[in-house]
Amino acid sequence: MNGASPLLEAEGIVKEFGLRRSRIEMLHGTLPGHRAVDDVSFNLDRGEILGIAGGSGSGKTTLARCLNRLVEPDEGSIRLDGVDVRAARGNELRELRRRMQMVFQDPYASLNPRMSVGSALHEAGRVHQRPGSEDREGFVSGLLDRVHLPASVATRRPRELSGGQRQRVAVARALAVGPEVLIADEAVSALDVSIQTQLLNLFLDLRDELGVAIIFIAHQLAVIAEVADRVAIMHQGRIVETGPTADAFHSPQDPYTVTLLAAHPQP
Amino acid sequence: MSAEGAPLLQVRGLRVEFGTEDEPLVAVHDVGLTVRRGEFVGLVGESGSGKSLTCRSALRLVRPPGRITRGEISFDGRDVMAMSQEELRSLRAREVGMIFQDPFSSLNPVFRVGEQLAETLRLNAVMPKRQARIEATELLDHVGIPDPDRRYLSYPHELSGGMRQRVMIAIAIAAKPRLLIADEPTTALDVTTQAQILELLARLRQEHDMAVLLVSHDFGVIAQVCDRLAVMYGGYVLETGMVRTLYTRPEHPYTRALLESVPSLESAGSAQRRAAIPGQPPELTETLPGCVFAPRCAHARPECRTISMALEPVGPDHETACPIRPFAAEYAGGEAPSPTVPERAS
Repeated sequence: MNGASPLLEAEGIVKEFGLRRSRIEMLHGTLPGHRAVDDVSFNLDRGEILGIAGGSGSGKTTLARCLNRLVEPDEGSIRLDGVDVRAARGNELRELRRRMQMVFQDPYASLNPRMSVGSALHEAGRVHQRPGSEDREGFVSGLLDRVHLPASVATRRPRELSGGQRQRVAVARALAVGPEVLIADEAVSALDVSIQTQLLNLFLDLRDELGVAIIFIAHQLAVIAEVADRVAIMHQGRIVETGPTADAFHSPQDPYTVTLLAAHPQP
Repeated sequence: MSAEGAPLLQVRGLRVEFGTEDEPLVAVHDVGLTVRRGEFVGLVGESGSGKSLTCRSALRLVRPPGRITRGEISFDGRDVMAMSQEELRSLRAREVGMIFQDPFSSLNPVFRVGEQLAETLRLNAVMPKRQARIEATELLDHVGIPDPDRRYLSYPHELSGGMRQRVMIAIAIAAKPRLLIADEPTTALDVTTQAQILELLARLRQEHDMAVLLVSHDFGVIAQVCDRLAVMYGGYVLETGMVRTLYTRPEHPYTRALLESVPSLESAGSAQRRAAIPGQPPELTETLPGCVFAPRCAHARPECRTISMALEPVGPDHETACPIRPFAAEYAGGEAPSPTVPERAS
C-alpha cells in the first residue's frame, strides 16, 4: 500500500452507445454513436467520499458501471490500487469487483425475494471466502449490526422489510465481501426524507469506522452536499466541474453548475 | 394568493380501510383537507402515511380491496361520494386532472404518446384531428420534451422515465382542469426539468385559475409553489397551515423534525451531521393508542398515549394535532425560528 497514490484512478474513460437510426442514416453510416461518457478522468482517495452529480442522462450511472466493468468502457484506463481493471480477466476481475461493490437505487430489485436476509448476506461472504463467514450467525449479525439493523432481520425476506431497511440490507450485503470502494448509485433517492438522513449518516459511519471510500451518485445536489468531501458535476458525458464540495457549491465556476444550483429548489 | 377563494375540493373525516371487515387495516384514519379555487396545497408525509390514498379517494379511485368507509368529499359543492359512474367519469375527464406517481402503468403501451394526448384534447373540445395534433405537439413542447414532433410518434417504452412523466403531465393538463392532483409529479425528473414543470404549473394557475393538490416529499418544491401545506403521518393530518408559517414555526414535533432532516446545499463542507428521526413509520398492522408519532417523538410524554388526533387551531389558518406544543414557549420568547430553515428569496 502506498499512502500517497490514490485508491482508484480513472483516466480518459469513454463509453459510446449505438443509436437507433433510420435506413437512410444507416446507408450513410457516418453518424457517430452517443457518447454517454466522454473522456472522464478522476481520482478517489482512501476513505474519501466523492459525489457525482448531474441531470438525468448526464452519464453518471454509465460511468459508475464502467468502473467495475458492468459496462465495458471503450477507451481509458482504470486502476484500483495500481491494478489495471481493464486488463483483468476471470478470477482477477472477480477479485477487483469484490473490492468495488455497488449499491443501487432499488434494493428490492437487487435482492433475491426468496432468500432470507441472513442467507443472502452469508452467501455473499461464503462465495468470496471472507474471514469469519464460517460462523454464519456471527457473520450475519455482525453485518446487520454494522448497518444498525436488529439481528432478528436475518430471518426475514426482503418484502417483509420497509424501503429503508431493505436499503440497509443492500448496503450490508455490499459490505459482506469486504470492499474498499462502495459505489452508491442513487442509493437514497427513493427514500423518505427522515429515512434518507438515517442512510446518509450510515454512509458517513462506514467511512469513519471502516475507512471505505465511497462514490456517491445522486441527482439531488443537497444530498451530495450532506455527505461528499469532493464533488464532480457531470453534463453530457463530461465532468464539467470538480472540487471540494463547499467550493463547487458555494462558488461554482462552470456555467452548467450554476444552472443546476439555481434550479435546485431550496426550502 | 387566493386564500379567500371558495373551497373547490373539500374532504372531511376520510377513512380508508384494507383487509376484512372484521379485522380492518386502516390506512387513512381521519383526514380533512380543503383546496380552494386557484390555490396550491402541498401534502407531505412519508411513504405509507396515506397521502396517495387521500388523493385517490378525492376521485374515488381507491382500488379494491381498499375502500372508503367514512368521510365526505365534495367538489365545487357537489357530493363526490354520491356521484354516479357517469358523473365520476366526467369529473375525472374534464374537471380534475391527476398525475400518478408511476408513469409506466398510466400510459397505454400500444399507442403512440402523441395520440394519447390528442385523444384527451379531442375528448374535451371538438376539433379536427390535425388541429389536435398541432395542439398536442405544442403541449409536449410546453412540458419540456425536446423534438416534440418526433416524440409525438414515440411509444411509451421508447421514452425515458422522466420523459414519460412529462407526457403524463401534458395529458393531465390537456383538459385545462380546475384542479390538478399531482402525486410526486417531479420526483423522477432532474432539477432543471423540475423547475420548468413548476413554472408551467404556476402559469396554468395564472391563466386558468387552476388549483393544485401537490403530493411531494421535497420541501423545496413545496416552498416554491404552494400556499398551504398539510403534513400527514400514519393516516392522519398532523399539522396544516400556510407554508411560511409551517416552515418557520412548526408546532408539531414531527413537522419540525422532518424539516430539520431535509438535506441542504448549505451543508456542503460542513462536518456536522443532520439529526435523523429515529425508528420507522408505523405499519398498518400496528394500532397505536393516542398520538401515532409518539414512539419516535423526542418530546413524547406519558399523556401522549391518550390524546385524540384532532386538529386544534393554534393561529390564523394554522392547526396542529399536538396538544403538548413543545415549541410554543420558544416561539413566544421571540427567539429566532428554526435555523435550518432559511428564508427563501421569493
